[in-house]
Amino acid sequence: MPSEIITPPASWSPRIVAFFCNWCTYTAADLAGVSRMKYAPGVRVIRLMCSGRLDPQFVFDALRQGADGVLIGGCHPGDCHYSEGNYRMLRRFRLLRRLLADLGYEDARVRLEWISAAEGDRVRVVVNEMTEQLRALGPLDLPGRISEWNRELAGNAPGAPSSAAASPVPEVSHA
Amino acid sequence: MNYSYFPGCSLKGLGRAYEESLIPVMRHLGVEMTELPDWNCCGATAYMSVDERQASILAARNLAIAEKAGGQDLLTPCSACYLVLNKTKHYLRETPAMRAEVQQALSRAHLDYSGNTKVRHPLDVLVNDVGLDAIREKVVRPLTGLKVAPYYGCQLVRPYSTFDDAWNPTSMDRLMTTLGAEVVHYPLKTKCCGASLTGTVPEAGLRLTYILLLEAVRRKADVISTVCPLCQFNLDAYHGQIERRWGKVRVATVYFTQLMGLAFGMSPRELGLNRNFIPMAPLPPLHAQPSESSTP
Amino acid sequence: MNGTNHNGIRIGYYICHCGHNIAGVIDCGEVARRIGVLPGVVVSRDYKYMCSEPGQELLRQDIRAHDLNRIVVASCSPLLHEHTFRTAVEDAGLNPYHFQMVNIREHASWVHTDHAAATEKAVDLSRAAVMRVRHHRALTTTRVPINPAVLVVGGGIAGIHAALTLANAGKQVFLVEREPSIGGHMAKFDKTFPTLDCAACILTPKMSSVRAHKGITLWTYSEVAKVEGYVGNYTVTVRRRPRYVNEALCIGCQECISACVYREPKFPDEFNVGLGKRKPVYIPFPQAVPQVVVIDPDRCLELKTGRCKKTCVDACADRNAIDFTQKESLEQIQVGNIIVATGFRLFDAKRIPQYGYGMYPNVVTSLELERLVTSSGPTGGEIRLRDGSAPRSVGFILCVGSRDLKTNRWCSRTCCMHSMKLAQLVREHTGADVTVFYLDIRAPGKGCEEFYDRSLKEGIQFVRGRVAEVTDWALAPEEEGKLVIRVEDTLAGFVRRIPVDMIVLAVGMEPQSDAQSVRRLFNMSCGTEGWFLEKHPKLAPVSTFTDGVFIAGCCQGPKDIPDSIAQAGAAAAEAMALIDRGYIEQEPNTAHVLDDCCGCKSCIPLCPYTAISFDAGSQKAVINEALCKGCGTCAGSCPSGSITQNLFDDDEVFSEIEGLLHA
Repeated sequence: MPSEIITPPASWSPRIVAFFCNWCTYTAADLAGVSRMKYAPGVRVIRLMCSGRLDPQFVFDALRQGADGVLIGGCHPGDCHYSEGNYRMLRRFRLLRRLLADLGYEDARVRLEWISAAEGDRVRVVVNEMTEQLRALGPLDLPGRISEWNRELAGNAPGAPSSAAASPVPEVSHA
Repeated sequence: MNYSYFPGCSLKGLGRAYEESLIPVMRHLGVEMTELPDWNCCGATAYMSVDERQASILAARNLAIAEKAGGQDLLTPCSACYLVLNKTKHYLRETPAMRAEVQQALSRAHLDYSGNTKVRHPLDVLVNDVGLDAIREKVVRPLTGLKVAPYYGCQLVRPYSTFDDAWNPTSMDRLMTTLGAEVVHYPLKTKCCGASLTGTVPEAGLRLTYILLLEAVRRKADVISTVCPLCQFNLDAYHGQIERRWGKVRVATVYFTQLMGLAFGMSPRELGLNRNFIPMAPLPPLHAQPSESSTP
Repeated sequence: MNGTNHNGIRIGYYICHCGHNIAGVIDCGEVARRIGVLPGVVVSRDYKYMCSEPGQELLRQDIRAHDLNRIVVASCSPLLHEHTFRTAVEDAGLNPYHFQMVNIREHASWVHTDHAAATEKAVDLSRAAVMRVRHHRALTTTRVPINPAVLVVGGGIAGIHAALTLANAGKQVFLVEREPSIGGHMAKFDKTFPTLDCAACILTPKMSSVRAHKGITLWTYSEVAKVEGYVGNYTVTVRRRPRYVNEALCIGCQECISACVYREPKFPDEFNVGLGKRKPVYIPFPQAVPQVVVIDPDRCLELKTGRCKKTCVDACADRNAIDFTQKESLEQIQVGNIIVATGFRLFDAKRIPQYGYGMYPNVVTSLELERLVTSSGPTGGEIRLRDGSAPRSVGFILCVGSRDLKTNRWCSRTCCMHSMKLAQLVREHTGADVTVFYLDIRAPGKGCEEFYDRSLKEGIQFVRGRVAEVTDWALAPEEEGKLVIRVEDTLAGFVRRIPVDMIVLAVGMEPQSDAQSVRRLFNMSCGTEGWFLEKHPKLAPVSTFTDGVFIAGCCQGPKDIPDSIAQAGAAAAEAMALIDRGYIEQEPNTAHVLDDCCGCKSCIPLCPYTAISFDAGSQKAVINEALCKGCGTCAGSCPSGSITQNLFDDDEVFSEIEGLLHA
C-alpha cells in the first residue's frame, strides 16, 4: 500500500497480531512451546474460542493500531471443534481479502492458516515465513500514516492552522 | 502415443541390438518414437562423478531440446541415461545455484529448460501406458516353456523408484508372464552387474557378474532378460574370463524388447539376437501353436 | 503504583518465573516494573512459582489486603493453569472471571532465544491482559446434570478393563466392539512378558465377567455411527451389523457349525491370522464372548445364493436362533461420558519387500508365530515350517515398521520384549538356535531387563544391526535351502550372512486405518503419526480436548498390557469423577443478543447447534443459553454488532489488540 518509501532500520522486525482458535492453533502454539521450537518473536497471540468468532473489524483494528500483519489460525476443514465455525470464518475471510486488496494492502499482510493441535512445527514455519515476507514488504505503520494524512488534510484545508493537532478527519472507530 | 526418443551412445554402438529390437516392437504396438534432433552424450555416470556442473549442462541440453521439440515424454532405454537425466532434473529442481548456471549455459545455445520434461523408461511406458492387455493381444508366438530370469539392475529403480519398487520391482516379471514365459524367482534382480568395475577392477567386477550368472543357472533360467546395455554387455561378454576363474556358468542375456519381439513373431535376426556372444537357444517347440500361422 | 481513581478498577498483576523456564529468558522484574505503572494496576509482582500454594496464597492475601478486584497472572498456558488461578481468585472472594491469564512460557520464553525481544513480548502480552481485564464482567457458571451411563468403544483389554471398573462402581456401561467377540489382540497371545503367565488365563475371566455383568450392555459386531451432544449428555447412534443369529436365542452349542453343508473348514480364519480355516458359520475362538456364532454373509451359501439346504437351521432345531432375515440396525443410546479404546493395527510387513514377507513362506510375523506357539492355535502349539518340519534355526528381525524413516519413526515399545518372549518359547518348544537382530534392546519395564538377561543366559544370540535383506540366494553350501539374513553387524563391524530356517518379523504398531474418521466422530485430535492426542502428555494423559471423551490403550500410542490397563483404569476414574459430581459446570462463554438487534435473522443459519431462534414478539433474535456452546461465530458475523460473547466481548478483544500494540 505505501507509495512513499520507508526504509526500516536494519534491526526492524514486523509485529504480527495472531488470532488463534482455542482448540487447534492455540494448542499447536502451546505444543511448539513444549517442543522448544524457535520462531520469530514479533508475533502476539490473541486466543479466541473459535476462528468463527473473528470479526473482520478485529483485523482492521489490529492494522490500524500498528500491526504489520495479521495471522488467523483455525482448525482444518472438517475438524472444527464447533463443527463449522472455520467455514463461516472462511466465507468472511474471502470477502475481507477482496476488501483489503481494494484498499491496497498486500496479500501477505493478512494470512489464514489451518493448523491442527498436532502441528506445532507448522506454527513455527508459518510465523517465520510470514515474518520474512513482512520484513520484505516493510513496516505498514498505519498509525503514523493516519496522523500524516490527518496533518495533510489539516494543512490543505483553507485557513486551517498548520498544526497537526486539529484533525478534520474523524478518527476511525470500531464502535 | 507419441514420445521423444533419446537413444544415448550405447544404443548406437555396443548395445545396438537393444535399439534394433526396441524400434520394431514399439512400432508394432503403435508407439511413435521421434529421435531427438542433435542429441548429445547424456553426461554419463563417469562425467557426473568428475564434474557435476558440466555433466548437468550436457544432460540439460538434451532435456531442453526435448522440451523445444514439443515437450512429449522423453523415452530413454539405457539405464545410465535414464538415471543421469532424472538426476539432472532433480538437481536443477533442488539447487537454484546449479539451475542458474545451467540456464546460463543453455541460453548461450538459445535453449531454455523449464523442468517439465518427463524422463521415462520403455519398460515403464510399455507396462503403464501401452498396458499389458494391449501387449497380450499382439502375442502370436507365446514364450511358453521359456524360463526367464528378470534382471533389472541398479539404476532403473534406484534412487528414483518412479514407477516400480526399489527392492522388488515386478514390471518386467508381469511383462514376461504376459508374453507367456515362465518367470523364475531371481532374488538378485536389482543387484550390481559389476558395471564399469569389470574394466577397472576386474577381480571385483567379474565376481559380481559371475554371481548373477551362477544364480540364474541354479534357478534353471533359459535366459536372463535385461533393460540396460551395460548389464547386457557385462553378462554376455566375459564368459571366457569367468570360466577361467570360477567355472562354466553359461546362460544367455538378452534385452526384454528382444523377447517381446520373439513373442510378436519377429525373427531373431531382425531383433539383433545374432549379436549375442552367448546365443540364446532357439525357442522350445510350442505344444499348441495356432495352425493358421503356419498354413499359407 | 498507579492504582487510584480508575473507575474503581484495582488490578493485581503477577508474573511467574516458573523457575528458570520463564525467568531464564524473560526479565520478570522488568516486566513487573513496567506493568506496575499502567493505569489501574495496584499491585505488580514477580514470583518464583505462581501455581504453587504459596504463590496462590500471595494472590489471595493481596486481594484482601489491597482490595483488588481484577487479577492478571502471566505464566504458562491457560489450558494448563487457568482453572487453578480462577479457583484461587474465587477463594479470595472475587468472581473467578475477573481474572485473565497471559501465556508467556509456551508462547514466549520457550520459543524465543532473544531475551530482550521475549521480555518486550511479555510486556505487550501483559499490557493487553491488563487492558482487557478492566472490561471483564462477573459471570456465573451454569450447571447441567450429567448422564451417569458411559460408552466404552473397543473391547480389547483396555476397553474391557474400563468397562468392568465402571460397572463394578455401579455405573451403567455400553461396550461396543467391531469384531464378533471381545478380547482384541490380547486374546491372540499365548503368554505375556516378562512373567510368562498365560494370556488367556488372565483375559478370559475378565471377558466372562463382562458377559455376566448386569451393568454392562455388550454389543459386538457393532460400530459407533454418530455422536451428538456434549459432555454429560451425549446421544450416540450404534450400527449393529447382522450376524444372522439371534443373540438371545443362541446358546453357543455350535451344533450348527458341525452341521454346515461345508463339511470341512475352508475359509481363512481371522482369529488365527489366516493360518487356520473356518466355516461360513463360526465362532471366532473357543473362549469368545459372547458365546454366539456368527454367519459370514460373503461365504454362506444361503446368504449368497439363497439355495442352501440350511442344515444349520435343522441342527439348531427348536432353538430357532438362526435368522437369515436379520438386517443391520441402528440403536440410539444416551451417555454422559465416552471412553475410546480402539487399539492399533499391526504394520503390514509387505511394505518392506526386502524382508520377503509374502514371498518366502517361512518368513512370518510375530503375531503369526504367536498363533503357532499357542496350544489352542492351528498347529496345537507346534512351531512348524510350512512343509511341516520343525525349524532348527530361527531369526527374529526387530523394528520392522518401527524406528525407520521410510515407514514409521516411532518405537513400538513392545516388540523387543515380545520378540524375546517368543524367542524363549521357540527355544523351549523346539530347541532351535535363535538369533535376534536388533537396533537397541529396549527393556525398560518392571522385570524386563531381568527378562533380557535371562534370554542371554538361555543362549539366544543377539546381533546388533538393521537387517538389509532376507534372501534365498545361497553363496555357500550351508546356505542351501535356507533363508539368508544379510546384515551389517555393527558391533563386530562387518557384513554377515546368517542362514536360518524361519524368520520372524517383529512388526510394529500403527494407528488403526480408520483412526481419522473415528477421531472426527468423537471430535478428538490426532498427533502427526495418527495416534489420538491426549489433552496433556503428563497432566491429562487420558483426557482429550473434548470434555467427557477419554482415551485408553494403544489408540493413544504403542504400549504394553500393563500400561493399557493402567490407562483404562485412569480413564474410568476420570469418567467417574465427572459422574459422581453429578453435574457439569459450563464455561459461561455463551453469546447474547443485545437490544440493537434489528431482526435480520442472518445469524440463525450460522449456529451449528441451532441455539438461535427468532422471537416474533420482539422481532429480535434469541439465543438459547443451554444450547449455546460458546464458539462466538454469531458474534463474529452479526452485521450490526448486536451479539456479544461472554469472555470474548468486542470491548475485551479490542482492548487486548490495543494493549498489544500501544507501548
